[in-house]
Amino acid sequence: MEEVVFFAGAIGALGGAIAVVALKNPFYSVLALVVHLVALAGLFLTLHAEFIAAAQVVVYAGAVMVLYVFVAAYVGGVEEPEWEPITGQRFLAPVLAVALFVELSIAILGTGLKAIGEEGPTVPLGFGSPEAIGTLMLERFLVAFEAASILLLIAAVGAVVLAARKREEEAASVGG
Amino acid sequence: MAVEWYLVLSAMLFAIGATGVLLRRSPLVVLLCLELMLNAGNLALLAFARSTGTQDGQVFALVVMVVAACEVVVGLGLIVAMFRRRVPLNVDELRGLKG
Amino acid sequence: MSATGFAWLVLIFPLAGSILIGLGYRRWSGRTAGLIGTGAIALSFASSIGAFVVMLGEPEDARQLTSTAWDYATSVGLDIQLGILVDPLSVVMCLVVSGVSMLIHLYASAYMVSDQGYTRFFAYLNFFVFSMLLLVLAGNFVLLVVGWAFVGFASYALISFWYRRNTATTAGMKAFVINVIGDIGLVLAAFLIFREFGAFDYLTVFEEAPSHFDPDSGTIVAICLLLLVGAFAKSAQLPLHTWLPDAMEGPTPVSALIHAATMVTAGVYLIARMHPLFELAPTAADIAAFGGLATLIVAATIALVVTDLKRIIAYSTMSQIGYMIVAVSIGAYTAGIFHLMTHAFFKALLFMAAGSIIAAMAGNQNIDRMAGFRKAMPFTSFTLIVGALALAGFPLMSGFFSKDEIMVFAAERGGMYWIFAIGGYAAAFLTAFYAFRIGFRVVLGDPCPEAKELEEGHLHHGEHANPVTGEMEDTEVGFPGSEHHIAERAPGMKIAMAVLAFLSIVAGVFQLPGITDSIEEFLAGSFEDSALFHIVPSDESAYLGLLVGGFLSIAGIGLAYLAYVRRPGLTGRLRSRMEGVHGFLQHKWYFDEIIDFLVYRPVIRIGQFFNNVIERVLVDGIVSATVGAVREVGLLVRGAQSGFVRAYALLVLGGFAALALYFLVVSS
Repeated sequence: MEEVVFFAGAIGALGGAIAVVALKNPFYSVLALVVHLVALAGLFLTLHAEFIAAAQVVVYAGAVMVLYVFVAAYVGGVEEPEWEPITGQRFLAPVLAVALFVELSIAILGTGLKAIGEEGPTVPLGFGSPEAIGTLMLERFLVAFEAASILLLIAAVGAVVLAARKREEEAASVGG
Repeated sequence: MAVEWYLVLSAMLFAIGATGVLLRRSPLVVLLCLELMLNAGNLALLAFARSTGTQDGQVFALVVMVVAACEVVVGLGLIVAMFRRRVPLNVDELRGLKG
Repeated sequence: MSATGFAWLVLIFPLAGSILIGLGYRRWSGRTAGLIGTGAIALSFASSIGAFVVMLGEPEDARQLTSTAWDYATSVGLDIQLGILVDPLSVVMCLVVSGVSMLIHLYASAYMVSDQGYTRFFAYLNFFVFSMLLLVLAGNFVLLVVGWAFVGFASYALISFWYRRNTATTAGMKAFVINVIGDIGLVLAAFLIFREFGAFDYLTVFEEAPSHFDPDSGTIVAICLLLLVGAFAKSAQLPLHTWLPDAMEGPTPVSALIHAATMVTAGVYLIARMHPLFELAPTAADIAAFGGLATLIVAATIALVVTDLKRIIAYSTMSQIGYMIVAVSIGAYTAGIFHLMTHAFFKALLFMAAGSIIAAMAGNQNIDRMAGFRKAMPFTSFTLIVGALALAGFPLMSGFFSKDEIMVFAAERGGMYWIFAIGGYAAAFLTAFYAFRIGFRVVLGDPCPEAKELEEGHLHHGEHANPVTGEMEDTEVGFPGSEHHIAERAPGMKIAMAVLAFLSIVAGVFQLPGITDSIEEFLAGSFEDSALFHIVPSDESAYLGLLVGGFLSIAGIGLAYLAYVRRPGLTGRLRSRMEGVHGFLQHKWYFDEIIDFLVYRPVIRIGQFFNNVIERVLVDGIVSATVGAVREVGLLVRGAQSGFVRAYALLVLGGFAALALYFLVVSS
């Protein structure tokens, strides 16, 4: 049963990923990414990371992707030129990526670590629950929690500043 | 499932994301591919968390998600700013680093 | 105080004077610098007298005293000290140098007024006197070389004193370059001596020399020849003499001090000081003597035809130094040093008188334009005649006794040395002639326009021009001042000239053959070890020599009287008949041209070769090639900076993949 879920999630994730890279219309790429994220959430569930899966769906697929959708709608489709100005990029990029994948796989599969080949220890009931994660965040990882909060604040302020309309621009935009 | 499956899947997703960053020219799509790479990393983190039986990896993944969100916010803000200033939305057009 | 204590004072006063004048360069106004300078040298002279008196109190065989200030360099095998040697020879030299310098400073303090560089002049002049005294008092070869080099520098600084005059600066450079050649000889000799003896100080070397060398062996001859190179360069002997006539570009006090009385006698002093070495290398001594002989004859012939007053006197100096070199080379040490002393007196006097006359001529130095100054400048004329008489060796003048003693000694040594006696007497005849060439032409005859002006009480003011080339000049710093000073109107000049005139007349009394021999006795403290020193001509031969000398002198003066007073125009007719000879002499025996051809041009050629081939092609080529290569590589690498972010990202990925590969390989 677990394998079925795994493979379903895996195929979904892979398909979504390839679609993101391959589709011409950026709007479709955004939607493909949403599919990918949801598939990943399913995989997270099999890994006993319930809270993270929920956060993935709610925050990532729900909020961040909506943001993407808005911007894609605002910006519109971009005509990407056919011709590649950088010599060898079209060839080298996939090659190097494949090479990297192969190397990583060799590292993973050829490792002497026994634990990689196993499922892992039996986990207690509350493993990955919001309560457990919350306790950890407020006890052991308090500094990281606070830092992440500040980072969010900074990012929000920064985005507002970046995207703010200037007064002249507003006047020009209104007039023109 | 043994952990190695998740790890290999993570590597594959990472490679696909890298290809996308290198090959696509629209900054929007490049950001999307960056998301792919970040999520691949998340997957690996959670796999290891499962493998060791601790939840530290999950907290780590959560923080990664936070960072990814911030980065997306700022990146999209940049794209919107570019669009507003009529800068062509093509990564190749931005050649200020040429030297 | 001991003799060495006085000797240190002798050195310190001129140095202090020079530093004091130099440091207060902007502060000293009017004649202050002249006062300080003259005072410093006067104190130095007083100290020399002190040293002399104290030394007289010592027993005769204990008169070679050394004193060390401090160790200069002591290391393995090397022991150089700032040490002086005070013995009769150096004391005599100190007396002569400081005494004559004092008088010349006095003269110059009046002569150089109105020159914008007055203070600088006295700083240099004091420094020169210090260097010369250092040279003379040095007790080891290192300090000798130091003093030697300082003197060369001071000479250069003073010859090019009017530094905006091209002729002066060129002359200064010429003097300095030839001096350096001499320095090289001296330094190489010092090196050889160190190699042979392992020590630098005189007394050690002189003591060990006889046991160390076989007479006339290669090394000692080489050492002496190298010393000769130094001596000949400094004393302006053939073939290193070409700088001396040009050195007349310097102000007249400089010519009087450096190029008559002191610096040019350094070579004579050197040979006299190194006599233990020279007596071990008779070949070198003979070469020196023949060099001196050649010089004295050649210079006398040139002095017959040159028309610049100062240059006639310069050639006369060259000739007289030739006499001194002959003297100390053949062993007539007393005669040589005695002649050095008397020559200092009358040559300085001659230059001073010449300075006065040139001032009356408003800077013009051409003897063809000078005539009949006897009424306008009686004092100058008188001193000029006195100096000329002493130079000519007129009976009973100082020059009479000193010069002829050399020839007598040469005859006494016999054999080959008769050549020196005969040559010396022949040149003495010529000397008398050209001495009165100057004397009669300047003093007697119808007064020239400048002299007439002066008779009316008005000193002639001419345009300020270069006396040799005629170029126009101004009177700002770097050129001579606007005023000219003659002896009749400047007490300082008068006093100095009077003292020297007196000395030129009476100095013979120190060494009258058979009657007094105070110089010989005193110098015995230095020359005891010399076999040649003890050859003393008999009184009869001495008197015979004096007779011959006196006769030749009077004959020369008489011939000059004939040529210039009785039958003016005689020399003009001779010149037109002997054009070739006259031209040859006028061109100074073509030495300048020969040296230009043999030395100067090849060296320039070599320098150009090195510049064009080695420097431009090789060295520059290598540097440019390196630069070009670096630039090319840079351009190449620049291609990677395309500006495309995706390309950079590709490189990041590629690097990452390579790194991962490396770790994979390493860990397997």
